[in-house]
Amino acid sequence: MAIIDLANPTRFLNLAHRALPWLIEITGALFVVGLYLVYGAPDDYQQGATVKIMFIHVPSAWLGMFGWLLMSIAALGTLVWRHPLADVAAKAAAPIGASFTFLCLVTGALWGRPMWGTYWVWDARLTSVLILFLMYLGVIALWRTVEDPSRAARAAAILTLVGAINLPIIKFSVDWWNTLHQPASVIRLGGPSIYPTILVPLLVMALAFTLLFVTLHVAAMGNEILRRRVRALMLMQAQSAPGSGE
Amino acid sequence: MSPLAALFIRDIRLAIRVGGGGGIGVLFFLIVVVLIPFAVGPDLNLLARLGPAILWLGALLASLLTLDRLFAVDHDDGSLDLILMSDTPLEFAVAAKAAAHWLTTGLPLVIATPLLGLFMNLDAKASAAVMLTLLAGTPALTFIGLIGAALSVALRRGGLLLAVLVLPLTVPVLIFGVAASNAAIVGPLPFGTPFTILCALMLTSLVVGIFAAAAALRHGME
Repeated sequence: MAIIDLANPTRFLNLAHRALPWLIEITGALFVVGLYLVYGAPDDYQQGATVKIMFIHVPSAWLGMFGWLLMSIAALGTLVWRHPLADVAAKAAAPIGASFTFLCLVTGALWGRPMWGTYWVWDARLTSVLILFLMYLGVIALWRTVEDPSRAARAAAILTLVGAINLPIIKFSVDWWNTLHQPASVIRLGGPSIYPTILVPLLVMALAFTLLFVTLHVAAMGNEILRRRVRALMLMQAQSAPGSGE
Repeated sequence: MSPLAALFIRDIRLAIRVGGGGGIGVLFFLIVVVLIPFAVGPDLNLLARLGPAILWLGALLASLLTLDRLFAVDHDDGSLDLILMSDTPLEFAVAAKAAAHWLTTGLPLVIATPLLGLFMNLDAKASAAVMLTLLAGTPALTFIGLIGAALSVALRRGGLLLAVLVLPLTVPVLIFGVAASNAAIVGPLPFGTPFTILCALMLTSLVVGIFAAAAALRHGME
């Protein structure tokens, strides 16, 4: 089967239907292993047990950015090939990416409270993640404002690509801004390198989170395809209803 | 007269004549700046320190709030369809409209800056610095806002959505605009570094904004 066959929504639905139970089980198993490894990982000599927030925080941050990358690739599919499945992929990815970005912000705040003594500092990284989150909300707002799904998809695709160009610029500016105003005063995960006792659980957790993203994304794409079919059926029904003037 | 010049002159006429609302941006700018001392107190030293930031925020809001009708008016009366169907490349038409918008809303903000600088207790040098950064920065705001205006052209509640979509994208312009102003006033950085980056941002937004806005119009009007 060629990869292009997957682009047929019905085939995609069938495949998603078969793949989802496996994805859910593998994700669950990876989380069990990952959390066990995290439980066994040593505490940081400076940060104590709070360092374990990292095992949720870092994968969330990574997936927050991964979500935008996924949306950008889907946006190319929407604009270049006008493919409905690309629309669906972009739409389904937005709330998931926003959720992971939000999770990253919340865990960062909870981690910052014992470490920095405050929930929020205008650290460069925190600020750029916050702006990424705001841009996710903007894309979701755009999806929700335009009624026609394929027009909404093209508008959101343009916004996503503009965002993809702008995000590195924003990151650079915020770094510049922060170093100007407050020179490095932030305690980070220090040291010359990360020891394997921390690195291995982190990688397993990152993999588990990525699979969670993929699982949620496939499921959300399936739901979105069904939602569009329901919408099409309802439109057809409304057109053929008595009193509609036909 | 070439179609582009005609479009440019038409947009300027529409903005400055009755019903165009060309002066409202400056008025809004004035009112935002006048409101700030009521919120932070009349301490002149504090206002002088916050001055560039306040002027930049005021200009940012003023130039964005006047953008929401940029394409929507043309969409309502049908002239946007004519622009889309004409032989002139849409990118050029969008650029002409952007230039007209900047001349009627961005440039007045820049000209009003020295007066508002007096309210903020800025000295002549500081006012000149803010003015120069706004001169380089307001075109960038127009070009970035253009994308939002094109995306929200056919929407009923476009205005608020435009601000939500566009404001995160203006963060770099705001950072370097205020940084360049502050560099000229208090240092320690040289004025040139952030100002050059600001100009680079303006040129980038010129390219990205015009092409993205034209693409959004094409895709949105089908």
